[in-house]
Amino acid sequence: MIKRLLIVVALGMLGSRAEAQAKPQPQLAALDSVLSDSALDAQTRTVASQLRCPVCQGLSIQDSPAELAQQMRAIARQQLAEGRSPEDVRKYFIARYGEWILMAPPTHGFSSLVYLGPLLLLIGGVVVLTIALRRWTAPPPEDAIAN
Amino acid sequence: MPEWRIPTEGAERRREELSMKWRSSFIAVAVGVPVLALFGFGLTRDPGNIPSPLPGRQAPEFSLVSFSTGNTPKPTLAVGDTVRLSALRGRVVVLNFWASWCLACRGEHPTLLTVGQMYAGTDVRFLGVLYNDSPENGKRWLTEMGMTPYPSLTDPSEHTAIDYGLYGVPETFIIGRDGRVAYKQTGPVSDSLLIAQIEKLRGDTAATAGRTSP
Repeated sequence: MIKRLLIVVALGMLGSRAEAQAKPQPQLAALDSVLSDSALDAQTRTVASQLRCPVCQGLSIQDSPAELAQQMRAIARQQLAEGRSPEDVRKYFIARYGEWILMAPPTHGFSSLVYLGPLLLLIGGVVVLTIALRRWTAPPPEDAIAN
Repeated sequence: MPEWRIPTEGAERRREELSMKWRSSFIAVAVGVPVLALFGFGLTRDPGNIPSPLPGRQAPEFSLVSFSTGNTPKPTLAVGDTVRLSALRGRVVVLNFWASWCLACRGEHPTLLTVGQMYAGTDVRFLGVLYNDSPENGKRWLTEMGMTPYPSLTDPSEHTAIDYGLYGVPETFIIGRDGRVAYKQTGPVSDSLLIAQIEKLRGDTAATAGRTSP
């Protein structure tokens, strides 16, 4: 039963593929443009969500309804459409607003302390705690027992 | 002998307790002081004042249309004319972003009127750029608040505002003769600050010209 069902599904897929191939070229081109548009939109959303809205409190330009944020999104989209990479777009805004414009601080340079600091503190805490625990649980010196 | 040992043990314990207390105090001070110093330093900083990367760099080029010529006796441009920053190379440019809905701009306006008037007819060019506002509102505001002695431009898509890394209005950029941003003021400018910055640039250039001339 399942085998028969799988064959039917496979035949159906083949049929739809053949149908798609039979479609005229302009429709395919339109589909391509829709797909690339949605890919561009997705890429714009990703970049925009990494950039801080300058006139808002803690919002990315993707989430902000402010006009400036909308214009910044439009610039990001335009630059991506022109073939620039997401990194180029980020650099464009960093050159104007500084690294402040990034929603997450960069992982290199001085800002890396934001990520490394807690880890270093945790390691330091574990070391201190281990030394302290060893000291507290160590057996008393022999002369103390003798006394 | 035990009568000797008991007071010795007590003294040792007291000494140990004292040394533990000192150690605890030292750790508390070593951890607490830097943390408090960091908080104290944070209190001295204004989180709204974000350092701009622009000062020292080439000012972004713009090409904006004028919606008000100001009350200059001999206007060099008409309403609708395009102003390009590159055409002003060799002059000190004061670029003030403002809006009719901006309260702080009302407070700043008398300063711009006074200082703008002071430098009218000199090699210093003042330009107002309307931010996130309509030219009609801008004109009405200028009529109400006092017409500037310099032109005002529109930035319909806010591209210039974004190019200058604008956070809000008012913001003022002072651009040197070499086309580099020399100073950025977030918030209203004062007479003394504006004059000092302009004179510094004029003086710098005069000094440079003096050095380079034979």
